[in-house]
Amino acid sequence: MDPRRIRITGTGIAVRGNDIDTDRIIPARYLRCVTFDGLGEHAFEDDRAQLKAKGQVHPFDDPRFAGAEVLFVNKNFGCGSSREHAPQSIMRWGRGIKAIVGESFSEIFFGNCVALGIPAPTASEADMAQMMSAVEANSAAPVTVDLETLTVTVGEHSWPVKMAEGPRRQFLEGKWDSTAELMEAMDQVAATAARLPYMNGWK
Amino acid sequence: MGRNLYEKVFDLHTVRRLPSGQYQVLMGLQMIHEVTSPQAFAAIRERGWKVPYPHRNFATVDHIIPTDSQQRPLSDPLAEEMLQHLERNTADFGIRFFSPERGEQGIVHMVGPETGLTQPGMTICCGDSHTATHGAFGALAFGIGTSQVRDVLATQTLALGKLKVRRIEVNGRLRPGVYAKDVILYIIRKLGVNGGVGYAYEYAGEVFDGFSMEERMTVCNMSIEGGARCGYVNPDQTTYDYLRGREYAPPPEAWDRAVAWWESIKSDADASYDDVVRFDASDIEPIVTWGITPGQSVGVSENLPYVRDFPEAERPNIAEALEFMDFREGQPIKGTRIDVAFLGSCTNGRISDFEEVVRMIEGRGLRVAPHVRAIVVPGSMSVKREMIRRGYDKVFTEAGFEFREAGCSMCLAMNPDKLKGREVCASSSNRNFKGRQGSPTGRTLLMSPVMVAAAAIAGEVVDAREFFAAPVGAGV
Ligand code: SF4
Repeated sequence: MDPRRIRITGTGIAVRGNDIDTDRIIPARYLRCVTFDGLGEHAFEDDRAQLKAKGQVHPFDDPRFAGAEVLFVNKNFGCGSSREHAPQSIMRWGRGIKAIVGESFSEIFFGNCVALGIPAPTASEADMAQMMSAVEANSAAPVTVDLETLTVTVGEHSWPVKMAEGPRRQFLEGKWDSTAELMEAMDQVAATAARLPYMNGWK
Repeated sequence: MGRNLYEKVFDLHTVRRLPSGQYQVLMGLQMIHEVTSPQAFAAIRERGWKVPYPHRNFATVDHIIPTDSQQRPLSDPLAEEMLQHLERNTADFGIRFFSPERGEQGIVHMVGPETGLTQPGMTICCGDSHTATHGAFGALAFGIGTSQVRDVLATQTLALGKLKVRRIEVNGRLRPGVYAKDVILYIIRKLGVNGGVGYAYEYAGEVFDGFSMEERMTVCNMSIEGGARCGYVNPDQTTYDYLRGREYAPPPEAWDRAVAWWESIKSDADASYDDVVRFDASDIEPIVTWGITPGQSVGVSENLPYVRDFPEAERPNIAEALEFMDFREGQPIKGTRIDVAFLGSCTNGRISDFEEVVRMIEGRGLRVAPHVRAIVVPGSMSVKREMIRRGYDKVFTEAGFEFREAGCSMCLAMNPDKLKGREVCASSSNRNFKGRQGSPTGRTLLMSPVMVAAAAIAGEVVDAREFFAAPVGAGV
């Protein structure tokens, strides 16, 4: 698969609420595993069950959004634990979420998304509200997350989004899988280690 | 203009600038546990890579370990499988494993400091968001995800952006009965759960200067709860005294060189910061969370806020938290009936935490309220041994607390210690997220260990200062 992430297209799904933490995205009991397989079906599991008990429907249970590939969220999404299981479960849910657009993300969550090739651009509160409403009003509206122009389009309308230049370039150039790049400089790594007294027995 | 510790340590460990604009940064120490590492080791094997610096990686088991019996095989087959993976992975790649069988196990953020692995001026990472704990020593310590655990295993480096640095000073004197836990809950309440996004927190001022290493760890531990990726305290004599003589601390013949280097990485007196915030210690009172984020808290003598007190955009969240907790706006937090009390975790599972609680309850004939289930869980096997040596196990057992084996226990829901249904738990841990303690609808009130103990005995949230001040036998 081409590792470049330039334009992500699909349909959207919105999960509203600030400070949605990783315990809510994937409850800890599903972390008792040695692979990430099968995590998708448990994404937001407790939130989904609690809404169901109240006679309401979580977007992840709403058949209108079953094929969605772009997730829209609010502020500080993915705060809490560093578990990569959280973005892993989201990218393994349904057809797989391929981009997340939000007002803001916790840093560890954002970093995990980069490592997994999931662009997570941000938008203003007002724009986010409009995008979410557009997605909720028409679940079939085509959504495009364009990292070249830094815009998100839902149906007919587009909104500007932001992403730090570093990760944006990693996505555009397909260099978000960091290990290979880090391995290129092992001589320099050794030179850096050699300068640090605690790495050398305090000699 | 001088430089702060963050800048100095970051620069010393920078290998190079990456084309993305990030930096490749050497990790002086990686701590590993069973939950976030198996997929990373699997990736290393799959790609046929090596681990070039195995002696800078250390592992333990904490999240899944039961605290009733740690007899092998563990009663939960999934937990046993994870433990076996960790044993095999560390053995195959030459990484030291602090094992339960050898009595070395503990919560990953406790084992590093206890063994002297955690030292000033280091970069430290672990696949766990509370890694900032190690910042108490003047290290830059980051929580990372599994892909990054893989990167560090394969290269001992991470791709990192540079953070801004906010200096948080707390000056003056804490009032009696106000603890490190209250200080960090106060900071988070004031600066918000995402106030620290993009920042490293440098904790400073008279209160931190006077704190022990364990108190500094409690504060740094919860940096992430304020949104800060890492938090640290500059090293000083307290730091060096704590380290001296520990297994991995510098040997006596190198000690002076080590201290000189540690002194050199401290923030300069004229260092610049992106932001400075100052708090007055005397404004802080014992704090209790009432909601579903660590920022939703009140002083124990205050009432819960009103939804209308918050900006429009936050109101739905506040209303949601109140509904989930089944609390009314404006009600007092005092008098909230609890079902469970949990003393432990990497925030407050250290010997000084238990020492302070024992000081309050010993010899007073106090007992846990009949309707409360109260557990005491040492953060590591070495803390447990010390507690037994001091007789704390008896003090707690006689007061009606269960004294358990070491582990993460009821801090999160990956082992058999869990809330049931709508239970309310007074907890010395760090997170009150929905479902955090194992029941999707369970409710958590975060507070200091002494406040947890007071709640356990009273059966409801009380002001521990008043509660323990009552004369012995006064019918408490
Ligand atoms: S005690 Fe809690 S916060 Fe600390 S490492 Fe364990 S689960 Fe995480």
